[in-house]
Amino acid sequence: MKTKLTDIARVIRSKNSGPFELTLDVMFKSRAEFDAFRALGVLTPKLVAGLYGVPESYILKILYFEPANAVKMTLRRPLPSGAPGDSDIYGAQQHAPLMAFEFEA
Amino acid sequence: MSAKKEFRILSTTAILGYGYPLESFERGMARKPHLIAVDAGSTDPGPYYLGSGKSFTDRSCVKRDLRYMIRAGVQSNIPVVVGSAGGAGARPHLDWCLEIVREIAREEKLSFKLGVIPADVSKETVLAALRGGKIKPMDQVPPLTEAVVADCTHIVAQMGPEPLMEALKLGCQVVVAGRCYDPAVFAALALIEGYPEGLAVHLGKILECAAIAATPGSGADCAMGTLTEDSFILEALNPVRKFTVESAAAHTLYEKSDPWHLPGPGGELNLEQCSFTELPGGRVEVKGTRFVPTPSYMLKLEGARCTGYRTACIAGTRDPVMIGQIGPILETVQGQVDRILKDEKVGGKIFAHVYGKNGVMGALEPLKTTAAHELCIVIEAVAPTQAEADSLCGIFRSTLLHYGYPGRISTAGNLAFPFSPSDMPLGKLFEFGIYHLMEASPTALFPVTVEELG
Repeated sequence: MKTKLTDIARVIRSKNSGPFELTLDVMFKSRAEFDAFRALGVLTPKLVAGLYGVPESYILKILYFEPANAVKMTLRRPLPSGAPGDSDIYGAQQHAPLMAFEFEA
Repeated sequence: MSAKKEFRILSTTAILGYGYPLESFERGMARKPHLIAVDAGSTDPGPYYLGSGKSFTDRSCVKRDLRYMIRAGVQSNIPVVVGSAGGAGARPHLDWCLEIVREIAREEKLSFKLGVIPADVSKETVLAALRGGKIKPMDQVPPLTEAVVADCTHIVAQMGPEPLMEALKLGCQVVVAGRCYDPAVFAALALIEGYPEGLAVHLGKILECAAIAATPGSGADCAMGTLTEDSFILEALNPVRKFTVESAAAHTLYEKSDPWHLPGPGGELNLEQCSFTELPGGRVEVKGTRFVPTPSYMLKLEGARCTGYRTACIAGTRDPVMIGQIGPILETVQGQVDRILKDEKVGGKIFAHVYGKNGVMGALEPLKTTAAHELCIVIEAVAPTQAEADSLCGIFRSTLLHYGYPGRISTAGNLAFPFSPSDMPLGKLFEFGIYHLMEASPTALFPVTVEELG
C-alpha cells in the first residue's frame, strides 16, 4: 500500500544552507514513524535526484538526525542565491516535491 | 572553574529590527540576565545588501529594538552585544548601526563605553592569503580568483567570539560588531566566565534565532538561555510559547547541511553525544555538545561583487490559448529579441519567471505542464549597464505584448500590467563572489576600538 510522506511527517521544509546549497528537512510525527521510514531505506540519492529532476551528483548528503526525528537532504543549488535567473533567494519554497512523495510501506 | 553557578542570556529577537514584545523583554530582564545579545545579520536576503552596503532591515525598527536593550542594559549594568551590525556586517552597515546607537545614547542621556569591532578584510589581505594557499572554497563554491577579489565591493570575515571577548574585557558596556559567526555574540562573555565552549556556542547557535526555536515559533520574540557547567537550558519568555525537545532539536537542523557537525571559526560543534531533555515549564535542557578545534583557525569570508544591472517587469496573462503554449511563445520572443540585440549591439540576458508554471522552482520544478487559468510573467533583464537592462526589458516586454502567436484569438495585447510604469530599474546586480575559508588569527583582522558616549 502506498503511504504519502505527508501522512507520517509533521514538517517538510527547504532552506538555503549558505548561498550555494539547498537543504531539505523532513521531521516525522514520532520516533516510531522516523524509525519505520528509515528502516525502509527508500530515501536514496537516486530517488531525491528523481524528485527534483537533477543529476545524482547534485545530492550532496542525506543524513538522519534522531534528536529531531528528522532526515535532512542537502542539494547543490542550480543557481547560487541571488544570481541572475534565481527564483528563490532564501530557498524556502523548494519542498513541494517531497510533499507529493509516496512510497510502498 | 571560577564561573558563577549559572549564566543567563537574554536573546531579544531573531534579527535586530524584526521586533519583540516589550512584555517578553521585561520578563527576561526580571530574570536578571548576565548578557543581552542579538544577532543582526544573515546572508539569507541575498548578495545585494553586502554588495551595496545597505541594510535589509528598517532603520526605525532597528532603533526601536536597540533602544530598549541599550537603555535597560546600561541602567542595569548588563553588557549588550550586537553582532553582524546592519545585516551584512561590512563597514557601511556597521556605521549605519553605530549612528543609531549614538542617537539612542543622546536621546536617552546615557553614558557608556561603546566597543566597536569592524569585520572588513582588505583585498590585499585576501590576495596575500590566496597567493599563500591559505584560502579554500566552501562546498559547491568555485575556487577563488584574483579577478573576483578585485571586483568585490565589500569583503567581510565572520569573527568568532575572541574579538568580542577582547571588547568585553576592556569593560565595554555595549559592543557593536561587524560580521560575526552568529553564536559568537552569545558565547563571548560566557567563555570569559569559563563556561565550556561546546555548550556556550551551541546555546548561541539556538539563541541567535531567539524564539524561532520555540513552538509556536516566532522570529519576533525573546528567548532565554541558561548556561551551567554541564548543560544549558532554553526557555521562552512569552506564555504562548514553549521549548520542546523537537523544537530545540529541529532548530539544530535549520539552515545547516549536517546537524551532527556544525563548523565555525576555529573548530566545529560535535553533537554526536548531545542529548535534549524536556523540563517542566516549557523548558529544554541540552547536554553533551563538544567543541572540537580544527588544526588551523579558519574564518569564513563573504564577498559580493557587481556583475551588471537589472530591470524587471511584472505582467499577467489570462488567455487560455497563450497559456497553452507559453513555453514556445517565450522561446520565439526570445529569438526575436536576440536578433534585435545583436543588430543594436546591446548586451545582456533575459530570464522569464513564469508564475503558475515554474516561477518558484525553475529548473527544479517536476511538474512540466500547468493547469492554471492565469499566469504571472516576471521579466528579468540583466545587462552590463542600467540603460541596456532597461532597453532589453522594454524590447522583450513590447515584443511579447504584441507577438502574434499561432491560434491567437485576442489580438489587442497579450499582457496585463498591474503598474505604470511597467518596467522597474532595479539598479546594480550583485552576486556572491567570495564564500571561502581563510586561515587567519582569531583576532588580528578585527581591531577593537572603544568610544566613551555621553
